[in-house]
Amino acid sequence: MTYDVPVAPGETAEIEESTQLEGETWPMWEVFVRARRGISHVHIGSLHAPDDQTALENARDVYTRRGEGVSVWVVPSEAVSAFEPDAAAEYVAANEKVYRLATHYDIPEEVGKM
Amino acid sequence: MPPPEEQFQSIVDAEEKIEPSDWMPEGYRKTLIRQIAQHAHSEVIGMQPEGNWITRAPSLHRKAILMAKVQDEAGHGLYLYSAAETLGVNRDEMQELLHQGKHKYSSIFNYPTLNWADMGTIGWLVDGAAITNQVMLTRCSYGPYSRAMVRICKEESFHQRQGYELLIRLCQGAPEQKAMAQDSINRWWWPALMMFGPHDSESPHTQQSMAWKIKRVTNDDLRQQFVDMTVPQAEYLGLTIPDPEIAWNDQRGHYDFGEIDWEEFWRVVKGNGPMNRERVAHKVKAWEDGAWVREAATVHAEKKQRARTAA
Repeated sequence: MTYDVPVAPGETAEIEESTQLEGETWPMWEVFVRARRGISHVHIGSLHAPDDQTALENARDVYTRRGEGVSVWVVPSEAVSAFEPDAAAEYVAANEKVYRLATHYDIPEEVGKM
Repeated sequence: MPPPEEQFQSIVDAEEKIEPSDWMPEGYRKTLIRQIAQHAHSEVIGMQPEGNWITRAPSLHRKAILMAKVQDEAGHGLYLYSAAETLGVNRDEMQELLHQGKHKYSSIFNYPTLNWADMGTIGWLVDGAAITNQVMLTRCSYGPYSRAMVRICKEESFHQRQGYELLIRLCQGAPEQKAMAQDSINRWWWPALMMFGPHDSESPHTQQSMAWKIKRVTNDDLRQQFVDMTVPQAEYLGLTIPDPEIAWNDQRGHYDFGEIDWEEFWRVVKGNGPMNRERVAHKVKAWEDGAWVREAATVHAEKKQRARTAA
């Protein structure tokens, strides 16, 4: 099936993306789940909730209905800091220091596995 | 192509994912917002046809299954709204646009659920069609959408299997039960095929969506895939597909099937299906009836915050 509802003749393909709302929107929380003991919490998605307790309960219901995790964290989305995308390419993805890589060094075969 | 667009396309062509903070063409962003919002709305509206039968499930076991399934649909809606929000739209606003009739959802949910066998047929055919599409979408180029699809597909498998098993039970039961199942497939078969959308020749945006790898397989190819998968399953149940043209074509290696009633298709898309008005009215009512819960939760959160600050 397709979730892109077909555009009927005479209709426009563009849909509205925003509208006036009354009242306030609940803040957004980022959800992290530890799938099992021995591995880190991993970001799994986000949700809206009025407070941390409700966010945790919603996270359990939305993201762990089938034993997907043994532990859940929720963090206010606004508390997350990140590099700007352009800066990220420069600072995070930079890999010009090849001497930091183990594969940069040739070890003779007769030495064996190292 | 300007350099940022070239870089974008090279990421897509390399089968890598586009992430929210990456540069993307405005058309790509708009196409995704439209599709993910409609997908999310479909999950949410999709709770209604089955929610309709929860109080009338024939056993506690079936009632528990149905509630779990409807809860999954709500969860799928939430995964998808959160994927759409990474593109800079707001969930509450998307929902408001749905309430105003400015956003659409899949037409399949504008058909009524008239008997208990419909709970089986929806799982088997409607979720079966959804899986065909969603498995493709796990390979979509937009990371958050693709990741939401991976989670959804795992759960859809439960939806389809419980539906088919429900139909096996009915078809092995009394003649009246089997007749109920046949009545159900008679009503759902064609709307299920319509779920795949217009013919490729009538889908002007398919080519661009495929180049962006939002869509990976065309409407007609997905529909064929679905028919090939489903015909033997109907045979196993001993049910007749309401299409006299269904026949195995040795040359093509696929089943042939008849033509969809496109007039009906467009009628429902335009808002004039059997249930369009009722579905949206019910959604709006549920949202308004829940207002006091949301207000109470907000006030409670503020009270707790004040207590924390004072401490």
